[in-house]
Amino acid sequence: MPLTRDQVRHVATLARLGLEPGDEEFYADQLSGILGHIDRLQRLDTEDIPPTAQVVEVASRLRDDEPRPCLTQAEALANAPAAVDGFFRVPAIQEEA
Amino acid sequence: MTSGDLTELTIKEATHLLRLGSISASDLVTAHVERIEQLDARVKAYLRMTQEVWERQAEEADRKLRDGDAPPLAGIPIAIKDVLCVKGVETTAGSQILRGFKPPYTATAVQRLFDAGAVMLGVTNCDEFAMGSSTENSSYFPTRNPHDLLRVPGGSSGGSAAAVAAGEAMISLGTDTGGSIRQPAALCGVVGMKPTYGRVSRYGLIAFASSLDQIGPFARSVDDAALVLSLMSGLDPLDATSSQRPGMEVLNNYGAGVKGMRLGVPREYYDVEGIEPGVKAAIDAALLILRREGAEIVDVSLPHTDYGLAAYYIIAPAECSSNLARFDGVKYGLSEEDSPNVTELYTQTRRKGFGTEVRRRVMLGTYALSSGYYDAYYLKAQKVRTLIKRDFDAAFEKCDAIVSATSPTVAFPIGTKTQDPLSMYLCDVLTLGGNLAGLPGISVPCGTSDGLPVGLQVLGPQWGENVCLRVARAYEEASEIRAEVATPSPLQGRGSG
Repeated sequence: MPLTRDQVRHVATLARLGLEPGDEEFYADQLSGILGHIDRLQRLDTEDIPPTAQVVEVASRLRDDEPRPCLTQAEALANAPAAVDGFFRVPAIQEEA
Repeated sequence: MTSGDLTELTIKEATHLLRLGSISASDLVTAHVERIEQLDARVKAYLRMTQEVWERQAEEADRKLRDGDAPPLAGIPIAIKDVLCVKGVETTAGSQILRGFKPPYTATAVQRLFDAGAVMLGVTNCDEFAMGSSTENSSYFPTRNPHDLLRVPGGSSGGSAAAVAAGEAMISLGTDTGGSIRQPAALCGVVGMKPTYGRVSRYGLIAFASSLDQIGPFARSVDDAALVLSLMSGLDPLDATSSQRPGMEVLNNYGAGVKGMRLGVPREYYDVEGIEPGVKAAIDAALLILRREGAEIVDVSLPHTDYGLAAYYIIAPAECSSNLARFDGVKYGLSEEDSPNVTELYTQTRRKGFGTEVRRRVMLGTYALSSGYYDAYYLKAQKVRTLIKRDFDAAFEKCDAIVSATSPTVAFPIGTKTQDPLSMYLCDVLTLGGNLAGLPGISVPCGTSDGLPVGLQVLGPQWGENVCLRVARAYEEASEIRAEVATPSPLQGRGSG
């Protein structure tokens, strides 16, 4: 089924993508083409087929809960665009009362 | 020996010379660096060179060679795809959003090869976040095919394939989510292998689609690919999906030849839509050689092949939309940090940082997972994934390995598929089934069509890397087709690079 411009805007908002002028039409057109191909999946009767999320049988493994070396605070923050007092800095989440 | 000769060696040949002492690891690195300086302005395989790393590693390799305790890859020059973290070396997944990111740790697969003595030359170009089949989606520049500079090298690991094809590295690492090792290997005329899902740790790989991604080698011989794969395989406590199976089992019996083996040719792959006559002719010739070597060629069927692309383009984008949520301008890379609020910080960073194909897939995946569409798309695709896996299970009851073309076409001219995403996605129609089913697969050179390389794909059952390698090696030996180093001349009017 084709994707509308409103749906593109909605999805871009959900994914925090930030559209440029003209993007809604561009992506609505392209994604509709791709979904047109994908729609062939609906031809298959999959009523009794279980879904596959992971193809290789790997049992969950747990490690012993022992302290081990890890990144230092300085290493963890080394790539931070903005850091202050050992924290990642972001714009204020809440307005001041 | 001239430096040209040194950049055409296989690991086996180089190791022999290194251990004799007739060349040093430093000689080998210098020869490759000179070749890169001479050629890479044309090929554009590399994003960054890592001089500090190669100097340190070559020196260490030479010391160990002198001391007589050299590990198996001592002195072997390797190139690493820009999605694999190397501590302190800028790693960006071909994207602007990770510009400047220097990982605080090294990917396990890379570390294991470093521990085995490999010497890193640099970081290779790829499609942004490994999303693409031509390396044209790199946010830096497109890489060119060393066999024809006007054509793509394939992708997404196009830089790694081109580097090995052009003698700018002896081996390289790539990643394969839907064909991103095998397809560029085919288009560049080298060997490329995607292991079974879980064979190689994904720790330190910048994730695209976590249920499909695997790391694997490029090389100019099957033996080299086998050796590199064996050294990076095996359990890693840092990746819960890595298998406990011993890495060395990939080499079991792989030199035994194909006599008595049953090789399945899926009719849906053999006659896949859009396959070029020249590619088909090369595959026919390869099948003849394999039969002559004593293999039995059997007809098999993968009835849901026509649905593979559709299922893949729900599952991979869904996983990518989730994985790429972490790029938000807070922890690393690009940041529009002067944004007035957090939502704007995320939105503006991602607007500036992600290219068209990434945005396309994040939107597609977000849509497929969004309320009201989950059952129709994501759940449906997962069920079809089950059907595709069952197709392979049934086929492997009738044969030991599956053989086909790797790519329906040879390398195509730069710019011909970028406007039509679906046409680009169709490049992977013969490879992505292997990812959906978690199978190992190899692409090995099998001649040319119109002077451009064709690849033969061998898919094995899960954990059957040794089966793939066995067929590929027998074919390589019998066909006498080798991955030859290509030396592209400068493009007319562009001057010498």
